Amino acid sequence: MAGVLVFAEQRDNKLRKPSLEAISEGRRQADKLGVELTVLLVGDDLSGLDSQTTALGADKILLVKDARLKLYAAEAWTLAVETAARTAQPGLVLMASSAMGRDLAARVAARLRTGLASDCTAISIENGAVSIRRPVYSGKAIATVVFAAGAPVMATLRPNVFPVLSQPRPGKGAAAPLEVAFEDRHFRCRVTSIEAEKGATQDVAEADIVVSGGRAMKGPENFSYIKSLADALGGAVGASRAAVDAGWIDHQHQVGQTGKVVSPTLYIACGISGAIQHLAGMSSSKVIVAINKDADAPIFKLADYGIVGDLYEAIPKMVDEIRKLKAG
Amino acid sequence: MKIVVAVKQVPDTETKVTIRPDGRSVDESSITWIVNPYDEFAVEEALKIKEARGEGEVVVVTVGPARAATALRTCLAMGADRGVHLSDPAFENSDSLGLATILAAAIKPIGADLVFAGQYAVGTDNRQVGVMLAELLEMPHVSVVTKLELTAGGLSAHREIEGGHEIVESPLPCVITAQKGLNEPRYASLKGIMAAKKKPIEEKDAAALGLDKGQVGEAGAKVKISRLEMPPPKQPGRIFKDDVEMAVREVVRLLHEEAKVI
Repeated sequence: MAGVLVFAEQRDNKLRKPSLEAISEGRRQADKLGVELTVLLVGDDLSGLDSQTTALGADKILLVKDARLKLYAAEAWTLAVETAARTAQPGLVLMASSAMGRDLAARVAARLRTGLASDCTAISIENGAVSIRRPVYSGKAIATVVFAAGAPVMATLRPNVFPVLSQPRPGKGAAAPLEVAFEDRHFRCRVTSIEAEKGATQDVAEADIVVSGGRAMKGPENFSYIKSLADALGGAVGASRAAVDAGWIDHQHQVGQTGKVVSPTLYIACGISGAIQHLAGMSSSKVIVAINKDADAPIFKLADYGIVGDLYEAIPKMVDEIRKLKAG
Repeated sequence: MKIVVAVKQVPDTETKVTIRPDGRSVDESSITWIVNPYDEFAVEEALKIKEARGEGEVVVVTVGPARAATALRTCLAMGADRGVHLSDPAFENSDSLGLATILAAAIKPIGADLVFAGQYAVGTDNRQVGVMLAELLEMPHVSVVTKLELTAGGLSAHREIEGGHEIVESPLPCVITAQKGLNEPRYASLKGIMAAKKKPIEEKDAAALGLDKGQVGEAGAKVKISRLEMPPPKQPGRIFKDDVEMAVREVVRLLHEEAKVI
């Protein structure tokens, strides 16, 4: 098979974690196939990123640098990936299933008239044939997908699933600029600014630890309990659809079939009964803790550890215990 | 202003998934079909724009078997003006690019100023068709939109990203994929439901769209499902009752010592 191409997303000259995961998976697949890993970087300031990418195992690095590439413009980025794909002629193109990756991958796949598997959780290649596992029905079922011969296979990788290589064999790391013929028409739709959500430090879809609140929060003010536990653990705040629909917290935080699908190391569900809708969004979490007054709540069937009790009593105690643990 | 909304009929989000004996498809016999929830935001936004401008046409388009006409009818009851139902046995098992190809063939001749779709269709969870449609229509796009304003030169949109949102500007025509938060979709009124019965739904097959059957459906699919399986069953967990203080202490200890996650 031809080589592996990874598009690595950077924002403000920082590679984002899901992209480190994508580069690592690219390295693993390239090693198995005995082919080269090429990493594509796009932006206005890429200084220092090539050495970081080399350390993760890139053999070749394509740098698309242009003053107009400070903020995301879908068609310009599409042209960059298209040009890189036509240059490197990869058999496999990977990127993170992030807000940018999802948007970009779909446009590139349509441009290249090739197959794209979204939000993948495992990739295997045998005798040159790629098969990919990906959750469907928000994780209620797992599909294995295969690809028509001919064009490169494209995949976006679900964050927090593919481990970042801890001791990668450094790649050859030959960095070279890639000339892309940008014109004004490639900047028709373009980001003009980014507004960060107030107080939010981590996105639920990317966090290692997620603490979620549901109907039992009874109002927006009680999400301070969820936040205190999330803060103690260094995690992100999530919510059920009931809590979001009631207007207690922004939709950004919703976990479930019509919200975000998350796979953190630890998921703590507080006052969430566990409707199918919600379970679909978090069932692939590695360890699940449920706190609920109702011993019959369906969430307990999925929990590794459960506490039957009042969350307003349990959470402050849990925060104390965690602080003690972290101090000790 | 001409506005096209691409919609999809999908299984209700509370559906229990059962896999058929073929091991690669879902048993559809007990499924309740609904309009994809994200498409409702798309339809609502289209209707709001038409109402605010006091002129225009909202056309809803879908690809699907005979049952999908119900989804179009629901959108017409919300207030869309007419429907286009793209249906052909050759469309079955289309992948995302196939669906976008069918939709593009139908939408291109309409000459839309704005094209809406949901940010993804629940079930297949691909998040691809709306953006692919933009590429095939050679239009710019903004995906996962939570706020939209038409401006003198085009539009300005909020696009949801990790930990915040981007402000995106684009000229028209443009493809927008709708995210929850964009608006509150209206319920169809009784009057709307009655009126919808008289609104036209045009049916088009591959030949009417000028599509080569090898481009779409199973034959044209670049991505195919080879296997579908249920996730592995979960081992029963340890549930602590009665003394909350003890329970909390024990769970924190287990998270630290046994699960090693904190």
